[in-house]
Amino acid sequence: MTTITNSHTTSHPVLDGIRTVASSYLLRRLAKALFSIWLVATITFFVIRAMPGSAIDILIQDLTAQGVSSDDARNQAAALMGIDLDQPLSEQYLDYLNNVIHGDFGRSYRSAGLSVTEMITRVLPWTLFSVGLSLIITFVLGIALGTIMAYKRDTWIDHLLSNLAATLDAVSPYLIGLLAILFFGIIWKLVPIMEMRGAMSSGMKPGFTVAFLVDIFKHVRVLLLVYVLSSIGSWMLQMKSNTVATLGEDYVTVARARGLTDGRILTAYVGRNATLPLFTRLAISVGFIVGGSVLLETLFTYQGVGFLLARSISERDYPVMQGVFLVITISVVFANLLADYVYGWLDPRIRLVGGDN
Amino acid sequence: MHIPVDFIDSFWRESVKTFKILSRNKMGLFGFIMVILIILISFLGPLLWPPETSANVAEINKGISADHWLGTDFQGQDNLRKIINGGKDIVTIALLTGVLSMLIAVVVGSFSAFIGGRVDGILMDLVNIWLTIPKFPLLAVLATVLSLKDVITLSVLMALLDWPALARQVRSQVLSLKSREYIEAATMLDLGTPRIIFRELLPNMMSFIAISTIFEMTHAIYQQTGLVFLGIVPYSSANWGVMISAAERRGVLFNPQAAWSILAPMAAIVLFQLALVSFARSLDEIFNPRLRTGV
Repeated sequence: MTTITNSHTTSHPVLDGIRTVASSYLLRRLAKALFSIWLVATITFFVIRAMPGSAIDILIQDLTAQGVSSDDARNQAAALMGIDLDQPLSEQYLDYLNNVIHGDFGRSYRSAGLSVTEMITRVLPWTLFSVGLSLIITFVLGIALGTIMAYKRDTWIDHLLSNLAATLDAVSPYLIGLLAILFFGIIWKLVPIMEMRGAMSSGMKPGFTVAFLVDIFKHVRVLLLVYVLSSIGSWMLQMKSNTVATLGEDYVTVARARGLTDGRILTAYVGRNATLPLFTRLAISVGFIVGGSVLLETLFTYQGVGFLLARSISERDYPVMQGVFLVITISVVFANLLADYVYGWLDPRIRLVGGDN
Repeated sequence: MHIPVDFIDSFWRESVKTFKILSRNKMGLFGFIMVILIILISFLGPLLWPPETSANVAEINKGISADHWLGTDFQGQDNLRKIINGGKDIVTIALLTGVLSMLIAVVVGSFSAFIGGRVDGILMDLVNIWLTIPKFPLLAVLATVLSLKDVITLSVLMALLDWPALARQVRSQVLSLKSREYIEAATMLDLGTPRIIFRELLPNMMSFIAISTIFEMTHAIYQQTGLVFLGIVPYSSANWGVMISAAERRGVLFNPQAAWSILAPMAAIVLFQLALVSFARSLDEIFNPRLRTGV
């Protein structure tokens, strides 16, 4: 991520300097984001098309096995993937990149020629909703608990929370999900797991009605809990160590000496500075949660992009697999970009140093 | 060839010292002993208790009893015996992935730190870009298309995807060590780069390398159980991950009586991961003086 060093930009005329450097910082970040998307798109292309035993070869084999003649199979596979197999590889690659830029990922092989883009736009809102909400909850709760741990360090509360956080951090989200289903749904019977399958009840009309909101919350609650439990541990531990470090800073001692109230020191001095580095973690966390969503959405039969990716993998539906994977990557890369901007906006030091680096 | 011997010697001394400090930390010692036990049971256990070959219809989905300490599964086979036989793949993949990715990371990370300048900048930019790509979906897609069949290729693939994050950490470690006085003194005495790397740098990074390797191992365990759950790598019938997803697929999750068949392999995985992490965390506490004083 971004490197933090002391800035030596005082020689610039202040306002002018900030403006030029900030703009180049934004541009540099954007260039990196676009580069990572290109990188992933290229890797995907090679996996799907150019490697021996690539996806398109398997697809052709599959179709021939179903009794389609080899020429037809070749044409069908090419049509599904949106690739012209008769062109040289370089032309195919450019065509493919062009399609990706236009959001055209071909057609599904299993779901009767449904457009992949359409399939993705249908499920994407659910993932954005569940992942976004869980991120917000985790961020707020993790910061609160981490601060408590730092303030009460070496008391029983700290030991309890630290061990809890370390344990949650060590156990994989998939196992936490299984445990949640097993205990909440089956053994203690707190929630009706079977009725909770899907992102909303069938027959429910999407819209800003109370019934709809209650319904989607009912479907997402256990998944949300699992997301929060599986990622909160590292937030708590990091917030604790940040807060402890900040509490040792001179300016906090000075603030105490000036007789400021504890509440004021916590909000204006300690909290702000300790929270700042956590914003870079937000980006990492997005990738982590989205990665975990492939398993968790499948486990909870929650129809989001992770579920779609898992299903396309198990059905060997390569066009869908390629499209979903690209969309997931692009979303995560842009979430990173956004987090970088937010961080640069919150902490001017980053922006200033970012330019002349 | 005295440099490797020196290196092994200092590595050995470092290990003995580590164990001495470790035995002072209860959680760390517990973790260490558990890890060794699980590895031993996974590799020697199958020789003493070979896997059951036939199903036992009379004993399907039983709870715990004197005969079956961890109950029986949907085929009436003993869960404990399956656990003993199912650890080898998990442990092997964890070890292989951890060591392989750390090896690549140490080479690339220290190379980047030593060479510095533009090469370093480009390498680290590439690493940072790589880190923004969600790894698990990438792994799942690659493993599907490559249709991996065995433990080694899977470990290699995971190591290839995971090393960049470790390399960045190694680089910052090397950079901070490089500016220490004893390394500068060694450089000024012109002791030679291999000697500086093997005698001065690496021994001082051993704890860091051990900790990162261990965390990478837990990550590899998580990833491979995930791949098994998605049905991408069915490389062996007896494996904790396979036990979980088989139980899940058989609807065991919805049959409270059969809960043991899913809890047992989960407990095995969690225990292994927790043992690894508490061992690693205690190393962290021992070698990081700021944590040792209990800030």
